[in-house]
Amino acid sequence: MEQELLMKRIVEKDPKAFDTLYQNYSQSLLGVIYNIVRSEEIAEEILQDVFIKIWDKAHTYTPAKGRIFTWMLNIARNAAIDKTRSKGFNKSKKNLSSESFVDILKDHDNLNDQVDAIGISKYVTKLKETCKSLIELLYFKGFTQKEASEELNIPIGTVKTRNRNCISNLREMLLR
Amino acid sequence: MDIREYIESGILELYVAGVLTEKENNEVSEAIKKHLELKEEVEDIETAIIKLTAAVSPKDAQKLYDKIKQNVLKEEPKVVTLPRKKTNWAAYTGWAAAVILAVGLFYLSQQKNNIEYELEITEAKNAVLENKIAETSRNLQKAEELVTLLRAQDITTINLGGQQVSPESYAKVYWKKDNNVVYIDALGLPEPPPGKVYQVWSLTLDPLTPTSLGLLEDFVSDDNKVFELQNPNESQAFGITLEPAGGSETPTMEQLYTLGVVQS
Repeated sequence: MEQELLMKRIVEKDPKAFDTLYQNYSQSLLGVIYNIVRSEEIAEEILQDVFIKIWDKAHTYTPAKGRIFTWMLNIARNAAIDKTRSKGFNKSKKNLSSESFVDILKDHDNLNDQVDAIGISKYVTKLKETCKSLIELLYFKGFTQKEASEELNIPIGTVKTRNRNCISNLREMLLR
Repeated sequence: MDIREYIESGILELYVAGVLTEKENNEVSEAIKKHLELKEEVEDIETAIIKLTAAVSPKDAQKLYDKIKQNVLKEEPKVVTLPRKKTNWAAYTGWAAAVILAVGLFYLSQQKNNIEYELEITEAKNAVLENKIAETSRNLQKAEELVTLLRAQDITTINLGGQQVSPESYAKVYWKKDNNVVYIDALGLPEPPPGKVYQVWSLTLDPLTPTSLGLLEDFVSDDNKVFELQNPNESQAFGITLEPAGGSETPTMEQLYTLGVVQS
């Protein structure tokens, strides 16, 4: 399995494997981190910390834990959330957390050839409000089904199927 | 397992989000291993989420690449230093071993030289001892021959007494008539002065006729002072005179050291 091979090379400290990891996931992780801390500078710091942690803790990864992306996503989210809880963190930023990733996308320029932020923003604004909230909570914040159902005041059994529909819509828009 | 139903349940989307319990997570991981369709579905979900989240980034992550890679890989020297130290230790150990080996070899070589030297000395001593043994063995043989000779039944012993020139001198003649051989035991004669030699004479008494039997050559170096000479004569007496080196035609009677008559 290519995921296992990549992590094996990371454990062996292969710099080329680092490049692959960075090319595949850094932009995504930076987005997730930025959405939580809402500071470009802090987000960059955290992204670096995350890659250092991934580099050092690669041996703790097992395929049973899930996708490499998911493993890194969890590390990034936890690092960013830890940062917002730290003493030095500017509390005023916290007020912005009521906003979702959609607000960031709205007036975003394209970052590079690979990331069509303007195009994606167009699609995302078309998503249902519940979808925007579910994506925000489950992917950007790491809420569990129970936490998400409580936050959105919907039955826990509905979280899974409704999210499935939201992601299916997103895939239709982004991957077609 | 109904693959379609499994996909439609929405569990794969939560799997990618990383919000399932550990137990659920393991179950999905196992299911993905078994069914390629599930793996492809998960990869599509993941791609969509990566695209979406990437679009939220405030900055092109490529611009951070050099700095972050440098800082991530910089952690490595810690890891690299350790093996390098180990390598150094291995090298030091190697050098130490080499030095110890060299010292050891030098010591062994010295030991070998010493032993070889001692062996040479011992061999030389052995050679000397062997010579002594051989000599002793020869002396013993001579002595045995002498004893055998003296004990023989058919031998005539003549005592030669000291004369005017040297009254203290004496000698014995053992005459084996059958073999025409005489053995002169000259132990009682003094060492001849340089340039002189003892000469043995056979005498017949009426008229007094001396016949030379020979010289006692190498008198000084001969250990047992027993000399073998041929005597085919009908001797009635034996005498020993001191003569110039090489001997004389007739005995110098003034230098007659010992004289003895054969008892018939």
